[in-house]
Amino acid sequence: MATQPPVVSFKHVAKRYGAGPLILDDISFEADRGDFISLIGPSGCGKSTILKLISALSPISGGEIVVEGVAPSEAMEEMFFVFQEPTLLPWLTVEQNVAMPLRLRGSKVQKRDELIAKSLAMVGLAERAAYYPRQLSGGQKMRVSIARALSLSPRILLLDEPFGALDEMTRDHLNEELLAIRQQQEWTAFFVTHSVAEAVFLSNRIMVLSANPGRLHEEVRVDLPYPRTEETRQSREYQKLVAHVSKLLRSVERLRDQAPAAATA
Amino acid sequence: MKITFDRVLPVLSGLGLIGGWYAVRLALDAEQRFLLPQPHEVVVAFGDNAPAIWQAVRNSALGASLGFVFAVTLSFVLALILSLSPRVRTGFYPYLMILQMTPIVVLAPILILWVGPGLNSVIIITFLICFFPMVVNTTQGLISTDRNLVDFFRMCKASKRQEILLLRVPAALPYFFTGLRIAGTLAPIGAIVGDFYAGSSAGGGGGLGYLTIVFSSQFKMGALFATAAASCALGFIFVAGVVSASWWALHHWHDSYSKSDS
Repeated sequence: MATQPPVVSFKHVAKRYGAGPLILDDISFEADRGDFISLIGPSGCGKSTILKLISALSPISGGEIVVEGVAPSEAMEEMFFVFQEPTLLPWLTVEQNVAMPLRLRGSKVQKRDELIAKSLAMVGLAERAAYYPRQLSGGQKMRVSIARALSLSPRILLLDEPFGALDEMTRDHLNEELLAIRQQQEWTAFFVTHSVAEAVFLSNRIMVLSANPGRLHEEVRVDLPYPRTEETRQSREYQKLVAHVSKLLRSVERLRDQAPAAATA
Repeated sequence: MKITFDRVLPVLSGLGLIGGWYAVRLALDAEQRFLLPQPHEVVVAFGDNAPAIWQAVRNSALGASLGFVFAVTLSFVLALILSLSPRVRTGFYPYLMILQMTPIVVLAPILILWVGPGLNSVIIITFLICFFPMVVNTTQGLISTDRNLVDFFRMCKASKRQEILLLRVPAALPYFFTGLRIAGTLAPIGAIVGDFYAGSSAGGGGGLGYLTIVFSSQFKMGALFATAAASCALGFIFVAGVVSASWWALHHWHDSYSKSDS
């Protein structure tokens, strides 16, 4: 276990957009295979930027990122992004949407159909294959978005607040589904969220970031056993962890509010 | 109950208009009455001049269709080029504006000297009228693609060609059809106005614009009204065609066609 190289490693990574202020400063961490890492912190701390750096959608300004032993831009086939919005193509049916990444990456039609059916079944939308996105609810659209990501069997899944716009019931439900799917498909996840409860429920590691510039403030290990269910949410350990992370988050937010005052003093 | 009333309403307002028309005519002095033919006189004039009007409609429809098709095709190609970079757009847009700003009355004599009066001039004038709204709308559509969708395509390692064909073009369709509706309304008007200034009767090639000149020089008021009605009908056919095409392409997925409760 100790011999396995990290799936993703950040070494003193810095990021700024153009000549703008530093967004991320001196970020270093390693992610092991099968980790479910949640990134949490005040708005503007660069959580989503970390995902963009891993996926090579945005270049780094300093330091080094290694994904599966190579530079992020060479590892694009290994990972997939699930955006804040479902980002479905509205003129295509559910099935055609899920097929799009496979089609763009040139997989064989026959194999494609099999993979589509499998991923739609995984998110429980097999019967909606012929629907258009506008005929679906917000939660269903997000499920299609996840099915689309899963159809490629990625080794790394990057999720940028995918359930942020959904009501709490739907969100809880999708969280459970996501973990259930992870038992069938092995992937390492990076999950950006604003919800402490969601972060604790899903992850084995939570990274709390501070803002201006974004730095790694503290990492919290979540040793609750998988599979996690509704009962996990009732457990004392779970609630203790939620309280702990909430407290951390509040202290980082206080830090941010004090920052301008400290600078002028 | 309400639905049947809604159906009857346009018929009632139509009958009301015709009634009003007769009333106005009766109110006119006897020597002015020739200025406003009665509805049934228009119908009779339509019948009397049917062969001439029918031929003019066909000629104008041909000019409008060809100008429209050229405008749609070329504007799409230009919009694709313009969508490539902001620099290309800033370089081209001012000259596109020139096209739009120059009135047809000024262009017509130049075109007559260049390509001669008749169908060629009419096609070019229609083209010029339809081209601008098509280019502007289609370009706007091609550059308004959702940023996340572009990122999604990049994650999938899509080629530039795939990005244009599978993402940018379909995403631009609602904009394209907005341009098409404007151009579809303008095309018959452009063809008829163009025909008015640059039309020719040579070889039976005169359109509705040319026919208007002929009838007005003969003081055939009924025939002029009949020509107006025919022009109107041509416009309706164009708009109906464009609206159906838009419905066919968008109703499956676009929000503008979703049924609402209200």
